[in-house]
Amino acid sequence: MSGKDRLAIFPSRGAQMLMKARLQGAQKGHGLLKKKADALQMRFRQILGKIIETKTLMGEVMKEAAFSLAEAKFATGDFNQVVLQNVTKAQIKIRTKKDNVAGVTLPVFESYQDGTDTYELAGLARGGQQLAKLKKNYQSAVKLLVELASLQTSFVTLDEVIKITNRRVNAIEHVIIPRIDRTLQYIVSELDELEREEFYRLKKIQDKKRIARKKAELLKEELLAKGIDIRDQANILDEGDDDVLF
Amino acid sequence: MALHAAIKGKLISVIGDEDTCVGFLLGGVGEINKNRHPNFMVVDKNTAVSEIEDCFKRFLKRDDIDIILINQNYAELIRHVIDAHTAPIPAVLEIPSKDHPYDASKDSILRRAKGMFNPEDLVGVPRG
Repeated sequence: MSGKDRLAIFPSRGAQMLMKARLQGAQKGHGLLKKKADALQMRFRQILGKIIETKTLMGEVMKEAAFSLAEAKFATGDFNQVVLQNVTKAQIKIRTKKDNVAGVTLPVFESYQDGTDTYELAGLARGGQQLAKLKKNYQSAVKLLVELASLQTSFVTLDEVIKITNRRVNAIEHVIIPRIDRTLQYIVSELDELEREEFYRLKKIQDKKRIARKKAELLKEELLAKGIDIRDQANILDEGDDDVLF
Repeated sequence: MALHAAIKGKLISVIGDEDTCVGFLLGGVGEINKNRHPNFMVVDKNTAVSEIEDCFKRFLKRDDIDIILINQNYAELIRHVIDAHTAPIPAVLEIPSKDHPYDASKDSILRRAKGMFNPEDLVGVPRG
């Protein structure tokens, strides 16, 4: 960014006012965006903490679930193929809700029961209790995973939004505001320059007038010395005649 | 159409070894749609990596799937595909499998997080 980088604008009072308004707007926007970024960052950290917590918990829950699967297998015999073949409709489905953080919509997943249990009769002969426990374990695992998924989705979304917001904040702080500042400086310097020129011109005119006056005085004195007095000569323009009314 | 899809409940899909799949199916996440495409994939030792990759990509494309669960050891095999998936939906979750404990340092999300925060908080996730 060189010092030349400024908005192409004609230096005038009006443009100066415009730039001042723009500068104010940019500063306000910068402040607001910064606040937004802070709010997002806060939420982001909260979510990250929760993710780590949940991931740890997930390890536990999955271990327990796998263990109960082994238990059920021991009691019932191998039922893998039966389960894999009998899939029809999902019993647990996911609803998506929206959560709003500083104008960013975050999807929140929520699991709900829909329809009946396909494997209601599985383990009817033996091992029913183990199977019931197994189902319960895996259902709680699913619930936890859904929670984790919504956290993770929020994490990804927030990450993206934070990046964008920070980019904007930095752009305003380091590009837009300096550019407006430079433009303002340019306008002020140009206006000063104009003023100085004007001042100089005035002085110059005053000088010229003074010289002209001196010359006239000199002429008058010369004439006076010659005996011609023009001091009290009435000017035809100064006569002050009454206004003529028609 | 999109509105309709939003109202309809979405599915959880599973890519994993037989036991993981069986467990989640008993939990009630399994569904076979009209075209006889299941929302889960059983990976065994004969499954090629490209098959897992194709299946994962297929799940990503389906708009009725919101969450993809994948065993971490298989996620490791198709890490590049998972890392390339940056959209928030569907959410890809790595879960531990029966014979591979969960390793937090390999998780895509946690690895992304690690760049921003101090690593001790994340690596020190205790394994039960």
